[in-house]
Amino acid sequence: MTSSAANDLELICPAGTPPALRVAVDAGAHAVYCGFQDETNARNFPGLNFSRADMAAAIDYAHQRNCKVFIAVNTFPRAGDAALWRRAIDDAAALGADAVILADIGLLAYAAERQPDLRLHLSVQAAASSPEAIRFYTDTFGVKRVVLPRVLSVAEIADINAAVACETEVFVFGGLCVMEEGRCSLSSYVTGRSPNMHGVCSPPSHVSYHEADGSFVSRLGNFTINRIPARQPAAYPTLCKGAFRAGGTVGQVFEDAVSLDASKLLPALSRAGVKALKIEGRQRSRAYTRAVVGAFRAALDAMANNTEIPLGILLQLSEGQSATHGAYVKTWR
Amino acid sequence: MQSTTLTLGPVLFNWPADRWRDFYFRIADEAPVDHVCIGEVVCSKRQVFFAEVLPQVIERLERGGKEVLLSSLALPTLKRETRHDAELLNGRHMVEVNDVSLLPSVAGRPHAIGPFVNIYNEGTLAFLASRGARLVALPPELPRSSIEAIASALPDVTVEVWAFGRTPLAISARCYHARVHGHSKDSCQFVCDRDADGMTVETLDHEPFLAVNGVQTLSYAFCNLLKEANDLVDTGVSSLRLSPHTCDMVAVAQLFRAVLDGQRDADEAFALSHDACPSATFANGFVHGAAGALYV
Repeated sequence: MTSSAANDLELICPAGTPPALRVAVDAGAHAVYCGFQDETNARNFPGLNFSRADMAAAIDYAHQRNCKVFIAVNTFPRAGDAALWRRAIDDAAALGADAVILADIGLLAYAAERQPDLRLHLSVQAAASSPEAIRFYTDTFGVKRVVLPRVLSVAEIADINAAVACETEVFVFGGLCVMEEGRCSLSSYVTGRSPNMHGVCSPPSHVSYHEADGSFVSRLGNFTINRIPARQPAAYPTLCKGAFRAGGTVGQVFEDAVSLDASKLLPALSRAGVKALKIEGRQRSRAYTRAVVGAFRAALDAMANNTEIPLGILLQLSEGQSATHGAYVKTWR
Repeated sequence: MQSTTLTLGPVLFNWPADRWRDFYFRIADEAPVDHVCIGEVVCSKRQVFFAEVLPQVIERLERGGKEVLLSSLALPTLKRETRHDAELLNGRHMVEVNDVSLLPSVAGRPHAIGPFVNIYNEGTLAFLASRGARLVALPPELPRSSIEAIASALPDVTVEVWAFGRTPLAISARCYHARVHGHSKDSCQFVCDRDADGMTVETLDHEPFLAVNGVQTLSYAFCNLLKEANDLVDTGVSSLRLSPHTCDMVAVAQLFRAVLDGQRDADEAFALSHDACPSATFANGFVHGAAGALYV
């Protein structure tokens, strides 16, 4: 399936709000992913996500235009309180979602048993990073597609695809987790709020800024995450992108303030056998969504037609911001 | 009712083989712990260092009356890594699963689940217990309310809580020890061996914050739940996990045992734990539903 895979590559696009969903659909998404308005999804941000009525209308809009809708229910249900998460799955099925994106083993068991006709995708938050882990989810729950964690090189992705029966989906653009997704408690160590439990990371409610000694200081909870000369543009203080001291050095110990751009790796990812390319950013603006989705769709169409991939637009999008290939290139490690 | 057990988790850091062996010999002879998990969890490149002394350590621990469990890697991605983990099952010891990749192989036989597998609720634990999970370490970020809901729902499973030591917060494909020292992961020169309790990460304001251990990031503060121990037992928790450090872990284990057995007051034991680990800052925020870095 590797040589002609470009014809089949699906573009999976973020939709934080109903207007953003329509923009992504119109810009050429093969599928959009979105979540309900609560802590059942990993982008539980104020002003984001879909009510049940929103979701029904969104699915209708997308399906009329031959675009699929995947609903992310990808946080880990709170102990003793799984009803909210189970209802999200049941409603996704009732609303006609094309798939749900899940991370929790108990929730996968529930979905497989109660909604046998609902297509299951494994969220990146499940951190399935080997063929053995993927086979656990496919063989146990009938998972049809796995979103791979951002810890693998392209060669390792090719090895995985050769060894598993399901489809794989990889992130190609947007915010980059440096730590393996779904296994990071850095945010809750500082704020008490975590991706796994609350669907948030380094939440704005715990961010503060002040000026001191000619520096602009960004803090998360009780800790300084960065300090830059005043009047320079400051990046949002996501914990793992902060500047710290360690081992006698000062700097970004974990990762620079970069975002992922794998647009140059599209042919390699296609040859590695991936089925779908995912764009991060349900919290982004409609203009951003329109530009990124349009550019990636043009790139995929060019690959399918064996014409040159128009990378210019994508390069413009990451202009002014450093981009990385992340773990897709082994030297990143 | 069976008394609450103590588990000594695996050494997470890159210790020289002789230190590693001597640490476990002393644990075998002196520490009042019931289970001892051993093996490399963080970086497969370190496995060779203690492979030679592993059999004598196991033998000594068992002679000391401890049940030995073999811990698997938290993030196996290479074939040799998943193969190594699968080979743990060939022996007579119970295996502690630290990644989902090993779940198919342990299905149907008694096994333990380590703190690196996400068990956030009773639904997930019920599923895993039905496949043979007997001793289960919960994720360290869980609050008391979640711990109680999970433990009370499955009284037949030994539910364990992270009770002492730097808390694992993240794991990555990237080695931060190598990055900080200007090496690539593949030619890391094993610089992680310089920091036997992890490399301190400070904020730019010189405030100690995190600890780096190769591809793993831990808290700077040591989790210390001596004062919460008996309350956790009331929630249904039946084992507490102590994570090895270079400080006096025998003394730490004795303090937890004494508190659980009602032979020492928790406040007094907590004060004494400062003597056992003089350089440690303590935290207990996670179990109280607060920021993990806090001592509530």
